[in-house]
Formats: sequence, C-alpha cells, structure tokens
Amino acid sequence: MTWLRKNLVVIAGLLTLAYMILPNVVVMVFSFNKPNGRFNYSWQQFSLDAWKDPCGVADMCESLTLSLQLAAWATVGAVVLGTMIAFALVRYRFRARGAINSLIFLPMAMPEVVMAASLLTLFLNMGIELGFWTVLIAHIMFCLSFVVTAVKARVMSMDPRLEEAARDLYAGPAQTFLRVTLPIAAPGIAAGALLAFALSFDDFIITNFNAGSTVTFPMFVWGSAQRGTPVQINVIGTAMFALAVLIVVAGQIITNRRKKTATA
Amino acid sequence: MTTTLTKEAPGPVDEPVLRKPPTRKRLVPYWLLLPGILWLLVFFALPLVYQASTSVQTGSLEQGFQVTWHFQTYLDAFTEYWPQLLRSLLYAGTATLLCLLLGYPLAYLIAFKAGRWRNLLLVLVIAPFFTSFLIRTLAWKTILADDSLVVDALNALHVLDVTSWLGWTDGERVLATPMAVVCGLTYNFLPFMILPLYTSLERIDGRLHEAAQDLYATPATTFRKVTFPLSMPGVVSGTLLTFIPASGDYVNAELLGSTDTKMIGNVIQSQFLRVLDYPTAAALSFILMAIVLFMVTVYIRKAGTEDLV
Repeated sequence: MTWLRKNLVVIAGLLTLAYMILPNVVVMVFSFNKPNGRFNYSWQQFSLDAWKDPCGVADMCESLTLSLQLAAWATVGAVVLGTMIAFALVRYRFRARGAINSLIFLPMAMPEVVMAASLLTLFLNMGIELGFWTVLIAHIMFCLSFVVTAVKARVMSMDPRLEEAARDLYAGPAQTFLRVTLPIAAPGIAAGALLAFALSFDDFIITNFNAGSTVTFPMFVWGSAQRGTPVQINVIGTAMFALAVLIVVAGQIITNRRKKTATA
Repeated sequence: MTTTLTKEAPGPVDEPVLRKPPTRKRLVPYWLLLPGILWLLVFFALPLVYQASTSVQTGSLEQGFQVTWHFQTYLDAFTEYWPQLLRSLLYAGTATLLCLLLGYPLAYLIAFKAGRWRNLLLVLVIAPFFTSFLIRTLAWKTILADDSLVVDALNALHVLDVTSWLGWTDGERVLATPMAVVCGLTYNFLPFMILPLYTSLERIDGRLHEAAQDLYATPATTFRKVTFPLSMPGVVSGTLLTFIPASGDYVNAELLGSTDTKMIGNVIQSQFLRVLDYPTAAALSFILMAIVLFMVTVYIRKAGTEDLV
C-alpha cells in the first residue's frame, strides 16, 4: 500500500501516456488490416497489402505532396517574416510596441474557426478565388505568431555584448549578422520553423474554410471519414510517426556524441 | 552601459555613441516589422472587420448581401443556437479540467521523477503529434466502437450504467455520445497542457522541495504550498491553450459525436460552407470570439499572471 502511495504520480503519469499513445498503436495495428468493406474500423485479417502499395488510393498521395509543398512554403514565409518581427521586438525600443505585441498574441488567443471564417469573408468580399494561394496566405498568417514567440525566446536570452565584441573586432554589420547573430539565434529559428511546418501540415479547420476545391492531406482524411477510410491512411500515419521518432532518436544520439567529444 | 559612462566624461573615442543615431538607423525596427505586421493586418485584422460587416448584412446568395445594420441577426442567432454555444463551453471546460488532471501527473513525472528517461518521455509526448490529428481522432472511432475491448470493459465494470444515468453515454454505447466527444477533445489538446506545465515545473528549484521537507512539510503540503503555486504560469497557459481551441473545435463533435452533441464550431462551419447563410455564421463566430476573449481576460485577471506563452 505504501508502495502504491509512493508511486502514485508515476502510475498516473504513465496511464496518461498510455492514453496519449493508444490511438497511435491502433493506427499502426490497423495499417495491417484487410477490411471487409469501405471502412477500416474493425479488425478482420492480417495483410501487408496497404504497405506494399501505399499510393494505391486515388488522389491520396497527390494530397500528401500538396500538403508537404504548402507546409514548406508556409514555413519559409512565416520564418522570414516572424524572425524579422522577433528581432525588432527584442532589440529595439519604439512606439507601438505594446500594440504590436497584442497583434501577435491575438491570433493565438482566438478559436481557429473564428479566424478561418473571417478570412473566408475577406476572400469572398474581395472576389478572390479559393485555392492553393488562399490556403498559403492563411497558413503563413497563423504560423507567424508561433514563429515570433519561438524566436523571441531565443533572442531574448542572447547576450548583445557578443555582437558588440564582433563590431569591436571590425566585423561589418553583414558579417556580424551572418557569423554571430544568426548562428546564435538558429536554434530558436529552427524551433519556430519546425512548429510552423507541423502546424501547417496538420491544419484542418482553417484549410477547410479557405481551400475551395483544393484537397490537402487533412482534407483528404476528412473526406474519407465519410466515404470510407482506405487502409493506406493508416500506413501514412504510421510512417509519419515512425519517421518522427527516428529523427528525434538520431538527433539525440548526435547531440550526445557531440557532448561527449566536447567534454573529452 | 557605455552611454551612461560617456555622458559623464565625454571623450573623443566614444563620441559617435553619444550622437543621436541617423534617421536611417532609427527606422530599422519599422522596416523589420513592416512585412510581417502588414501580413497580420491584412489577413488577420482586416478579415475581422469584413466579418463584422458581414454579420450586419441582409440579403441572399442570389441577390447579394447589403449592409443594413441588421443587428437582429445576433439576437436570432443567439436564441436559435444557444444550446450549441453552451454545450461548446461545457465540453471545452470539462476537457480542459480533464487535461489538467491527467496532464499534471505526467508533467510532474517528467520534470522530477524521470531521471535519465526524461528525454524519452518527452519524445513520447510529442511523437503522436506527427501522425495527422484527424487520423488519430478517427482511431478513437475504433477504440470506442460498440464491441471494442474498452467499451466491453466499461460495460462489465458497470461504469456505463452510471454514466448513462448522468446522461454522458447512451445505454451500452459510448460512440456518438457526449463522453466520446469530451474524450476526443481531451485527447487532442492534452499535449498543449503538458508542455507548458512541464516547462514551468522544470524551472522550479529542487532545493525548495528539500527546504519544505526540512521544515516538516508532508509531501501533500509541499505540493499544495510550494510546487503548485510555482507552477501557476504553466497551469494558466496550459488551460488557455486547451480551452480556446477546444471551444471552437468541430472535428471531434463531427467524427465522434451525433446530432445531439453538435458544438458551435459545427454550426459555424455548416452555416458558412453548406447553408451559405453568411450573416448568421459571421454573427455566431463573433459571439464565440467575444465570449472566449471575455472569459480569457477575466481568467487572466483572476489567476494574476501576465507572462503568457
């Protein structure tokens, strides 16, 4: 009984973790299913068919490519605009700073459906055709705040004296920026970029409102929930999960090695 | 530092620092801000203005809409859809509370008890994110299906008898009931609770716990008087990051619920994309925004913390 009381936090925490991972396990298991009909919701029979032919469903891989492209461009846009804003906010004192801070905070403090709907009214009123470009505009818009927050956190902890030192050593402004400022800010920018990519790739609500007839991967999954879910969706989901875990583990190993060589 | 020093003893070496920077330099922050802020003004702020104008328009899709300052739309929308509005706040609130109850032990475990497993546990919290959230939400359809292991177990333990009596489930079913929707919402937004909680817990100096123990505080008292108050910034940003998106979500209610569990997001979505009644949809979306912003402001005042995110 005392053992239970002592480890209550550990048990509760691990149960939560199980709750979080359960759907991923289900997605993985059902990627090996051979469904009996259009819907892949109940277990029938083990099969490798879907893994052998992941793009065997009409339009799925096209939507996947489109989502990857969109996420890449949205990341570039949001990172460039967001990094500039973050530097301006941390490094300079100027009027309207408070107003600008609220303008950046507000998109994060608003239900997505409100932003999605208001953007749609803008496009409708302007007579702009919905499609790839409207989705890209929307994605850059909502990723921007997150990039600013991530980069700001890093730049704030940066010592401005390092740049002063570079200038004292006769580095020009461009040189100082490229060889001192940017490398130090890089982890923050990378974090912002990763976040932007993930947010854009996985966004459904804002895309659903502003995509017109363009079909991104989340929209394909949404549509398939009504029409019948192909097993290939589970294959893609499992592959994404495995890839992410691999990248993180590889990153861990590399940083650990670096630490070891640094201390040795 | 240099400027204050040079003010007292202006020397020829430091002279350029004293001079007011040239106009070109003073404009640097504005040039840095311009593109991004313009983007937010045009694609975030301006759309809200357009939505405001749409909400007071009347007309039809065939004949076009005109601004007629028809505020009645707000009243009509509210009287017709207040159950969905109330339900959204209720579901989002319950999910937020559940996220806090479920997420706190895990964040605590990672911050204080994990030791060398810490990084692995953090990866396990973030990794599910990489499978598209719609795919994961669809997986709940399998987990909560009528003859699934989970539902059979809940039935065997007579849990569903109690929850059905409370109106959360429907007989021996879980899918297409309020419980399924809240379960999905909780699941979807749990990482948004855990990560800020973990960040604020990790910042706590372990010596404070030792000090509390030295002063004869029981573990429970230590938690109540030291750990929890110090983790408040995480609790506040975690609850906000959970409640705000959950209140406008329509994916969980659509995939895991039924017509009786529709949330305000579902109404806004169908009014905008299916019924094409733009004024009502715009008014509803404004009502939701106003309620959420009001609740958030009151909450931040009460919780008394300014440093968000």
